[in-house]
Amino acid sequence: MKTLMQAAFAAGAFCLAASAALAEPAVVYDAGGKFDKSFNEAAYNGIEKFKKETGSNYLEFEVQADAQREQAFRKMAQRGADPIIGIGFSQESAIKKVAPEFPDIRFVIIDSVVDLPNVQSIVFKEQEGSYLVGVLAALASKTGKVGFVGGMDIPLISRFQCGYSQGAKAANPNVDVLANMTGTTPAAWNDPTRGAELAKGQFDRGVDVVFAAAGGTGTGVYQAAKDAGKLAIGVDSNQNHLQPGTMLTSMLKRVDVAVYETAKAAKESTWKPGVTVLGLAEGGVDWALDEHNKTLITDDMKAKVEAAKADIISGKVKVHDYMSDNSCPI
Amino acid sequence: MEDLWLQTVSILSATLRTATPLVFAAMAGMFSERSGTIDIGLEGKMLAGAFAAACVAVVTGSAWLALLGAILVGIMMGLLHGLACITYRGNQVVSGVAINIMAAGLTVVLGNAWFGRGGQTPDLAPDARFMTLRPPGWEYAYDIPIIGPVYAFVIGGHNLLVYIAFAAVPIGWWVLYHTRFGLRLRAVGEDPKVVDTAGISVTWLRYRAVIIAGILCGFAGAYLSIAQNAAFSPHMTAGRGFIALAAMVFGKWRPWPAMFACLLFGLLDAIAIRLQGVNFPGIGQVPVEAIQALPYILTVVLLAGFVGRAMAPHALGQPYVKER
Repeated sequence: MKTLMQAAFAAGAFCLAASAALAEPAVVYDAGGKFDKSFNEAAYNGIEKFKKETGSNYLEFEVQADAQREQAFRKMAQRGADPIIGIGFSQESAIKKVAPEFPDIRFVIIDSVVDLPNVQSIVFKEQEGSYLVGVLAALASKTGKVGFVGGMDIPLISRFQCGYSQGAKAANPNVDVLANMTGTTPAAWNDPTRGAELAKGQFDRGVDVVFAAAGGTGTGVYQAAKDAGKLAIGVDSNQNHLQPGTMLTSMLKRVDVAVYETAKAAKESTWKPGVTVLGLAEGGVDWALDEHNKTLITDDMKAKVEAAKADIISGKVKVHDYMSDNSCPI
Repeated sequence: MEDLWLQTVSILSATLRTATPLVFAAMAGMFSERSGTIDIGLEGKMLAGAFAAACVAVVTGSAWLALLGAILVGIMMGLLHGLACITYRGNQVVSGVAINIMAAGLTVVLGNAWFGRGGQTPDLAPDARFMTLRPPGWEYAYDIPIIGPVYAFVIGGHNLLVYIAFAAVPIGWWVLYHTRFGLRLRAVGEDPKVVDTAGISVTWLRYRAVIIAGILCGFAGAYLSIAQNAAFSPHMTAGRGFIALAAMVFGKWRPWPAMFACLLFGLLDAIAIRLQGVNFPGIGQVPVEAIQALPYILTVVLLAGFVGRAMAPHALGQPYVKER
């Protein structure tokens, strides 16, 4: 038994030594999956861009169950991956636990803050981007009612909702915002059928523009909007191409840029731990205009949303952050 | 007042939409379990059916062929369950769980291999789907107070599979209680020895039951991927097979009560959706968690208080061994 243990340790040590020189980045995706056409896919696009430009390979893992998160990070670290990028707030506790065990390996978490010397935390001002699409939603709505479908009921998604409501109210003070959350477990990121049902429920109550911040669940919302002839707003990635003609716009959250930049910085040794906040001013969030939605955005709408953007960047308009006090003024 | 009525109509319409896959799956479970074969694999068969429907629809562009594909895959999964449980007399719960796991994994792996989108299938065009059917003259009917909206959105305004689901209930009832096959099916679930003594094949009867279950699961899957949605996405059944199983037990393995149980689940879900974020006088906003737990709480209350003892078929879960 003892020799067996020794052999196992030796083998483990050998693996560590053999792979320590790997130094390729690793990406751990969240429950929505690599191809959710939204949040995780943006991360995938970012790391693919890095691969294409540097020729450096990368490791990846798609989390299927919560219990896998810690294992995934530990395994990546043991294989010598560096930096290890955790996509999504759900990775927070796993990184908190694994990062101190590997002080020489650099970790990155997106959408949450982990205060450790070898962790870089990247968070976005989703409220600012959501504010802009809220302005557009209120301007495009004919009924004066706009909808919001969130994924999992967490403060981060309430931040989207709160920004969206503020933008909509700013553009039209009489607008009604109806909101639904898909669920309270990570399964809520991947239930398009329920997303469609939530959207239909809102349409029946008079909503004609709906913003989905719900990962893979969003595809059901966009489909329902198309089937009912209403407008939908995408999230994270530019989702305008999913249903051309009924996608009003998308709230861009440049996870791709963040992942690309951090991987590149690590390679060029300019990487720094700490908190990075990306808002409108930094180009971290934005709204999307391309050939798929240009007929839906009138010049007047474009002028108004660009004015709102300039006001936020200059500080003239302050968008309340739901997560600062866990409440929304609207 | 008018507005309140429109909301009620909207809730009833949503109830039917949400209940449809549950009704299909509950009927499937009923046939299988009435013959004495536990069917915990409803979820997996539904998922496989949804995947098959989406794939065939992408390739052929025909909703009908897609439905056929879903049914065939449902039958194949049913036969696999039958092979394990009836022919080889394996543990029926284990076989069902295996089917669920297999379907969950296989759909994603195959989907990724064929379409390269992480298990999702490409979006479907309207003619590759079962679209909403509008009843004749619904635009005019809409303006008639009270009954107009009911006609346009509750009786009409669904896709074809919704009507098939609710037609499956009386048909299932008739088959089960008014045909020779139904009598034998019920008998084989209660006491297979008697059926065997009468010279009727227990094995063939049970196989027919799991085939029927497979067909109905195929319908349920096709509804999810090509009627309600326009693509397959991984794990899209999201536990509906288990809820259908619960509805079937709730309905004591009988078609009509099982359908009402499905409708109840659908109704509670539809109401829960509309209660989110609403301010109640005196209470304020109710948390999402509480609203989403509502269907389950009510189920427990109803189950404990009103429904009474659920009697399963007598021979349920026991493989039949012929005496030699």
